[in-house]
Amino acid sequence: MTRGSVVTETVADAVVITVNGDERRLPAGSTVADLLGSLDLDARTVVVERNRTILRDRSSFAKLELQGDDSIEIVHFVGGG
Amino acid sequence: MAHADLISPATITDPQPLVIAGREFRSRLMVGTGKYGSNAQMVEAIEASGAEVVTVAVRRVDLDRGKDEGILHHLDPDHYFLLANTAGCYSAVDAVRYARLARAAGFNEWVKLEVIGDQQTLLPDAIGLLEATETLVDEGFKVLAYTNEDLVTALKLEDAGAVAVMPLASPIGSGLGMLNPYAIRTIKQRLSVPVIVDAGVGTASDACIVMEQGVDGILMNTGIAAAQDPVRMAAAMKAAVEAGRNAYLAGRMPRREVAVPSSPTTGMVGR
Repeated sequence: MTRGSVVTETVADAVVITVNGDERRLPAGSTVADLLGSLDLDARTVVVERNRTILRDRSSFAKLELQGDDSIEIVHFVGGG
Repeated sequence: MAHADLISPATITDPQPLVIAGREFRSRLMVGTGKYGSNAQMVEAIEASGAEVVTVAVRRVDLDRGKDEGILHHLDPDHYFLLANTAGCYSAVDAVRYARLARAAGFNEWVKLEVIGDQQTLLPDAIGLLEATETLVDEGFKVLAYTNEDLVTALKLEDAGAVAVMPLASPIGSGLGMLNPYAIRTIKQRLSVPVIVDAGVGTASDACIVMEQGVDGILMNTGIAAAQDPVRMAAAMKAAVEAGRNAYLAGRMPRREVAVPSSPTTGMVGR
């Protein structure tokens, strides 16, 4: 059943996601804030896109749990013309 | 009337400051932030240029970085107007995605829209550009569209709601100067929105000649950053933009194919 597979995934000890093109493994239940913390990034200085949707509300980062196969992009401003 | 009045700063002040989408800017020179030898050099050059608008690009954070390379660690966003670009985008879909990411950074809803059509020349894709402009204008963006020096495309971009149109002087990073002054003049004469020439300026005389066409401003990056001394070149560009603007406002003398003496032809000794 679908429900069963969801349970199996959430009780697994790790979640595998893609961050800026590279696979990363985080403890299950990790949030977007946890991810940024593990990368030593300040949420105020970056923009996060999850599965092509921009996460505009930075205050939601601590509540948003990462799911397996999530594709995350973390961007900022760099020099350009 | 004292002669001092004639040469007072008031007479050489630009009567119309640059206004885009209702916002007034303190300089007609806009500069990029790429390709500098160091961040310190970039900051010094931008300061010397007198520019208020500075462009930035949106890129992935380098997660394996040794140091933070975000540009906002070096540029004070309260002192400059950050204009994000969509450089490197080859489709309208990509450009719209980058524009949305840039806006989410929270500074403003302005974007220097680039949709590139060819890797070798980095020339704009007019069709993709128009499509992306329509989408972004619908979403409330202020779009400054980097485009070819083609009048019809420029008119369509204005119709689509671009707040400024940015025709190229010559290809990005080429330093070839203005290749088609006629086209640039025509675009300026026909459009109501500001025309900012973007790309191709290689040295101060190029910038001066561009401004003499009557355009509203210039955006440049490599012309400053790739000079042997970028800070000095930035100062030269600032002076050139002001000189070109003043020459345009002054109205140049007509060109003649024959000489006309500047000194009196009468009163010559011994005749």
